[in-house]
Amino acid sequence: MSRSTLLVFRHSPYGSSLARAGLDLALAAGAFEQPVSVLFTGAGVLQLLQEQDTGSLGDRNYGKNLSSLPLYGLESLYVDEVALSRHGLSKTALPDAYSPVDLQFMQHLLATHDHLVGF
Amino acid sequence: MKYALVVLDSPSSGTASATAARFAEALISRGHELSQVFFFDAGADTGLSSRVAMQGELDTVGLWRSVAATHGVELVVCVASALRRGVIDVTEAQRHEKPGSTLDEAFSIGGLGRLVEASAEADRLVTFGGRSS
Repeated sequence: MSRSTLLVFRHSPYGSSLARAGLDLALAAGAFEQPVSVLFTGAGVLQLLQEQDTGSLGDRNYGKNLSSLPLYGLESLYVDEVALSRHGLSKTALPDAYSPVDLQFMQHLLATHDHLVGF
Repeated sequence: MKYALVVLDSPSSGTASATAARFAEALISRGHELSQVFFFDAGADTGLSSRVAMQGELDTVGLWRSVAATHGVELVVCVASALRRGVIDVTEAQRHEKPGSTLDEAFSIGGLGRLVEASAEADRLVTFGGRSS
């Protein structure tokens, strides 16, 4: 049996370990070939910034991992366009595989997946 | 209905973990099935055996021990989250040359694949915690 899962990333990348936990679950679900979609909203859109430099933090750069999610079988990758604009970002700030979506489409995502896990 | 739970918060921070344990009791008492509880990210703290419950304060881990003992529910701590938080079983203690296990005996350690499997079989997957900013 298989269930579709929507992972919702709502937190900034390095303020807590939630972003890393969400990424790890996305990769595990991809490895097990489960139907998974990912939605970034709120401060979660900051996880996708491509010019992340974690050198001074001494931590891994999770933005790079997020850019390569399609390589792990994850292709349904969505970003809340309102959250993007609230953070002064546009579509050009996103890695290629990510699509900005409107409120109506987010409602569709939330309604059509069996499971929802928020990070 | 078949449920699986995910707990993302530490039992010593806020009430999400205690709420999850009470939700587990409630759904079982209504005749639903709870296959597994997965303790992920800060939730991995729950598996620490050396925690001391303070008198007069809520013993959240005690609630979880009771869920496991009374209903045979499997409590699985995410291995990657656990290692980062010092929660290790005998095998991990040997592998990483630590003095000994720090895992409460009501819990087991497992990979994220356990959560993916439980999620694939569950009618409902309910997450508790993870709201910190």
